[in-house]
Amino acid sequence: MANADCIVLQGGNMAEAHPVGFQWVAEAKARGAKVIHVDPRFTRTSAVADKHVAIRAGSDVALLGALINHVLSNELWFKDYVVAYTNAATLVGEDFQDTEDLGGLFSGFDPETGTYDSSSWAYAHAHPDEHQPHQGGAPGDALGSGGPPLQHAEVERDETLQHPRTVFQILKRHYSRYTPEMVQEVCGISPADFDYLARAVTENSGRERTTCFAYATGWTQHTLGAQFIRTAAVLQLLLGNVGRPGGGIMALRGHASIQGSTDIPTLFNLLPGYLPMPMAGNHDNLQDYLASVGTKQQKGFWANSDSYFVSLMKAYFGDAATAENDWYFDRLPRMTGAHGTYETAMSMLADEVEGYFVLGQNPAVGSANGKLQREGMRHLKWMVVRDLSLIESATWWKDSPEVESGEVRTEDIETEVFFMPAATHVEKAGSFTQTQRMLQWRHQAVQPPGQCQSEMDFFFELGRRIRGLVAASDDERDRPLLDMTWDYPVDDEGNPDPESVLREINGYRTTDTGERELLSSYTELAADGSTSSGCWIYTGVFADDQNKAARRTPHGGPGVSQSQWGWAWPSDRRILYNRASADPDGKPWSDRKKYVWWDESEQKWVGDDVPDFPVDRAPHSRPDPAVGGPAALAGDDPFIMQSDGKGWLFAPKGLVDGPLPTHYEAQESPVRNGLYPQQQSPARLIYPRQDNLSAPSAGTPGAGIYPFVFTTYRLTEHHTAGGMSRWLPYLSELQPEMFCEVSPQLAAERGLVNEGWATIVSPRAVIEARVLVTERMKPLTVGGRIVHQVGLPYHWGVGNHALVTGDSANDLIGVTLDPNVQIQESKVASCDVIAGRRPRGRAADALLASYNERAGVTVHTDNQRVTDVREEDVDDE
Amino acid sequence: MGRFSALEWPVFRQLRSGDHLGRGPAVASAKTRATQSRNATADRVVQSICPYCAVGCGQRVYVKDEKVVQIEGDPDSPVSRGRLCPKGAASEQLVNAPGRQYDVLYRAPRATEWQKLDRDTAIDMIAERFVRSRRNTWQETDDEGRILRRTMGIASLGGATLDNEENYLIKKLFTAAGAIQIENQARI
Amino acid sequence: MSSQAAQSVTNYARGASHQFSGPTDPAADAHWPSGQVRKGFFTDTSICIGCKACEVACKEWNHNPRDGDLELTGWSYDNTQSLGASTWRHVAFIEQDRERIEQARESGRKLVDLGMPAVRPSGSSSGEGRAAYRDQDVTPPDTPEFRWLMASDVCKHCTHAGCLDVCPTGALFRTEFGSVVVQDDVCNGCGTCVAGCPFGVIERRSDGTAAPTTRSGEKKGEQPDVPKRGVAQKCTLCYDRLVDGETPACAKTCPTTSIKFGDHPDLVETARDRVHQLHEEGLTEARLYGANELDGVGGTGAMFLLLDEPETYGLPPDPRVPTADLPVMFRRAGLAAAGMLAGAAVAFLGGGR
Repeated sequence: MANADCIVLQGGNMAEAHPVGFQWVAEAKARGAKVIHVDPRFTRTSAVADKHVAIRAGSDVALLGALINHVLSNELWFKDYVVAYTNAATLVGEDFQDTEDLGGLFSGFDPETGTYDSSSWAYAHAHPDEHQPHQGGAPGDALGSGGPPLQHAEVERDETLQHPRTVFQILKRHYSRYTPEMVQEVCGISPADFDYLARAVTENSGRERTTCFAYATGWTQHTLGAQFIRTAAVLQLLLGNVGRPGGGIMALRGHASIQGSTDIPTLFNLLPGYLPMPMAGNHDNLQDYLASVGTKQQKGFWANSDSYFVSLMKAYFGDAATAENDWYFDRLPRMTGAHGTYETAMSMLADEVEGYFVLGQNPAVGSANGKLQREGMRHLKWMVVRDLSLIESATWWKDSPEVESGEVRTEDIETEVFFMPAATHVEKAGSFTQTQRMLQWRHQAVQPPGQCQSEMDFFFELGRRIRGLVAASDDERDRPLLDMTWDYPVDDEGNPDPESVLREINGYRTTDTGERELLSSYTELAADGSTSSGCWIYTGVFADDQNKAARRTPHGGPGVSQSQWGWAWPSDRRILYNRASADPDGKPWSDRKKYVWWDESEQKWVGDDVPDFPVDRAPHSRPDPAVGGPAALAGDDPFIMQSDGKGWLFAPKGLVDGPLPTHYEAQESPVRNGLYPQQQSPARLIYPRQDNLSAPSAGTPGAGIYPFVFTTYRLTEHHTAGGMSRWLPYLSELQPEMFCEVSPQLAAERGLVNEGWATIVSPRAVIEARVLVTERMKPLTVGGRIVHQVGLPYHWGVGNHALVTGDSANDLIGVTLDPNVQIQESKVASCDVIAGRRPRGRAADALLASYNERAGVTVHTDNQRVTDVREEDVDDE
Repeated sequence: MGRFSALEWPVFRQLRSGDHLGRGPAVASAKTRATQSRNATADRVVQSICPYCAVGCGQRVYVKDEKVVQIEGDPDSPVSRGRLCPKGAASEQLVNAPGRQYDVLYRAPRATEWQKLDRDTAIDMIAERFVRSRRNTWQETDDEGRILRRTMGIASLGGATLDNEENYLIKKLFTAAGAIQIENQARI
Repeated sequence: MSSQAAQSVTNYARGASHQFSGPTDPAADAHWPSGQVRKGFFTDTSICIGCKACEVACKEWNHNPRDGDLELTGWSYDNTQSLGASTWRHVAFIEQDRERIEQARESGRKLVDLGMPAVRPSGSSSGEGRAAYRDQDVTPPDTPEFRWLMASDVCKHCTHAGCLDVCPTGALFRTEFGSVVVQDDVCNGCGTCVAGCPFGVIERRSDGTAAPTTRSGEKKGEQPDVPKRGVAQKCTLCYDRLVDGETPACAKTCPTTSIKFGDHPDLVETARDRVHQLHEEGLTEARLYGANELDGVGGTGAMFLLLDEPETYGLPPDPRVPTADLPVMFRRAGLAAAGMLAGAAVAFLGGGR
């Protein structure tokens, strides 16, 4: 980011949530880079930006789409880059129909199931006679994030971009109505501000200059969160800002190893290295499974998914994974749909879940619809909470809001709760993967005190004892537990050596003589069972028997990429797709932005980073795409993980809610969709339940009862649900109480007084908060009317143990999810705000009931997949 | 305290040092003159990484008598250059927090209070429940006879604050056990 | 003998005079062996992100107790409110609308026109500086609708420190780094220094500040043993880090280098360059605070770049050490004393007769 000439911070609040990372923005700014913050609120990031652009929460696709339109219609796109490196020239099949044709839907939508069949979005085939039977659109939860497969890499291209079915022309048409005027109508952003942003971004892109975007949960936590990011990706590809220094789209992740826990996932739909969990029906045998991950015919490194999978099974099950048993594939558990944390909470309510582990997380406070979460826990037989202190998720059975209100009695709750004190980060050794994919090893400083214990020691021991309990079993279902390799070297206390686990993750080759050699790159992995690797993208972290995550050369050494500090996956590359930092001939786009280039004399790619490309593939090399795999990558295919080697402006596969980002309103919105008759994303995941009601959106009866938009966020002084901050005196005193932020206008309208109290009501809950009246919250004029936005930090929870407690903003939020990634929409929802403290006890429930009655809320509210146009004329109030 | 010396009497020092107004060296107490940084007197310094957000700032952990006495930024880190935000700067307090729990606690069904439990016993109890719930809720195939080989009766949430190696063991154990509903903050 | 004694007293007063007002090197005045360059802070509030890491790092290092009331103050994001016995770094948050921004810009422009030494571009005389600005296009950038100022305050470590001047016990002393530090083992808690500080920084640590209660009087949170109770407390410029060559905790942790630590002369230079740069960008509201050695405290060890008048940040506009007039008084007192001694000698001689 320090190399950027313009930085757009949107969907995040970097100075507050990532203050130390923000030093690089500050440095870029001091050097003359322009910094623009686009956010519903004026935050500490806005305060030090060159400009703050206030946007209505949830309308980002409209703004970014208008930037795309601006770039396309004013010929501002980076032509050499776009033609060579993106799929702009690729032709899409004849069956594709755009949202312009279908009132906001793409072709292939099934209103019954709420899902798309993406086959009509596919590329046209260069040899239509050889057309293979199409494979139905794989659901998002069946896909790894590495990129979906194509059947082939033999696409049809029109390098003039004139053919009406080229991605370029489709893109142009799709965004043609995304104009500055529309942005004003939809986002509440003035044409002058739009112009400022458009100029800043386009003037700072091209050969000589690069623009960088950075986002966080302000983009992900929406029903179309993945599409928010896609919109930015399309824009950045058009401007040539991907794979180059100072470019890109930075995901600013919120937890020390949230990247690592996605790479080596504690996620239901993934196995390590973004291999999908098998899905019943789609993956009933190994061949189907592998074909869905990457075919041998497609370009790029996903074609080798068999090597990655077989090596994982060897790491998991050792000798028990053999060619004869399809490398243990048949014994892996199968998904049958989405089994995310919210589905799990609903399964708890249906008494389908008996036991629950909560590991350093605080769902009673930190998850959407907190009441539903806590009710779910009441249905468990047992739960294990591992944390540093008695968080609300450990003590809900005696001090939750429901106990406080008298709704339930502690004496009636059957759940057994185990609280296991955890070790802190200095009391154990291990690696975190930070937000730029870099692994950094932590050395152990001291032993855990008292009965505190690391997750590693606990789970190793738990696994040992579970295996002990089933050791004598001849039940087939216990085989995987017994076949699993669990033989890590232990210390005097019987605890496993964390480095031995990292070695297993790195992977070995077993030589003919039976010796194990550590591997140095994922390209060495084989599908014949001779190699093992617990996470293929991490292969190389322990190359040469050296823990590269523990490298600590001061400042990372003298090189530009500072690579002698930690280790970045894959293969220690610091910028992904860096082949794109050179032009199609392999020369740097400009001296100012040179990074990786082709050295004619050495006949290889060289530069400031590890080239993210076959190192000896010449720029003008054009292998036959039919050979498939990495060998099929042309010298100008920088996007080596994509099945056609190109950056995708249009996604023919992989996204379940549309091939092009399209503006839809949030699940709950006081505004009608200004672009299409379709109000919400048709493919969003909805949960029509009495305990998960939605406020009527604009255009439906009762929409005026919850008239305001609220958005939730973090403060610098606290961490997520507070488990690591509300127990600390030094942090608690800095932000001691739950508050809401409102504009002076809204305060006047509702009689709110600074420092006083407000009650906030959504169809899910009633909470109270102290009031901050501030001009940082600005009413926006959207669609000819004023929209007030209310800001709610989400760090506080109701309990007796934290130093500071308060009502939880997440109680207000409903569960409606992005269908690609099952992330909830918690950055935008509807509420009402009234002055004063909330009613206590059952009176709060009565208040909520009266609101929902007045608004006419039912389980059907907002839960139509396709907007019923007839309803549209109902007056808002 | 050392033996009192008349020469240490401030008035003498005042005259000797030329600090006649008694504002500088003349009034520096013995304690002041012995001042040392507690970083300098630590038994060891351990390199670590901040446990809060994903920026991954470098930390130096100063240990004295097997206790963490100070955590501050690691100037060698190319990520953070020695700087920490308020949370990172409070890491020492996280480790030595007044509200931290050091005991294993157990809440029995319908109980109104915690009871303390030996850790070994607790892990045995959890293992026993794990195996039982797994058997209770095992699904071998679906209605169409397709392989499921799983339990939907055991779920887990958490991992984004844990180490890669820990997540690896958790995922491995749960997958081998057939438990699918393993989730973390990345979804939230 | 008698005239010698009188001379000595006069010298004493004269020697002390630059210790009470005017430009000087305070460590040298305190007769520290030369060698240490004066150390200080330059807090550039224009790049502060209000993260409060300085507040926390300070408390961590100094083991200062929490002293907030655990209640929202309603003062924007400022919940610690002011410097005190346990809060030695404090971040102020000020929200301003367009009108106020324009006023700040205008008042800053006047300072430029007056050729304040604080805003003189480095390397040029004030006259040239003014001329340079007149020739330049200093049309300010578009005045934003709104701004949010953040500024981390700290003890100023005055060149002429009121607290030090009035301390009767020698608990407050001038260190070899030119900073002013309380020796808690010497302090008897008399509190004279509290009134002596023109900035209201130093404070005695009492029960009230360390064991907060809620507005309803309820004791809340942990009630820690309060260290150093009853004695005067303030920023030490991390004396116990400086002695081992370490940077003060707040400056080390500051994510954006808003807080800079270093040799005082260098910092003055940096500060002047920075304010010059901002003026060139048309941000005439930028001004320095504490960098003028002719002010009422002889300039401060901790300087600030502000974007509005000092009062906006809760800083006195024209701080004056209460002992600034002491040299004059001393001279008078010295003459009087000499006269008395002469009188006594006469009396003695007379008496001896």
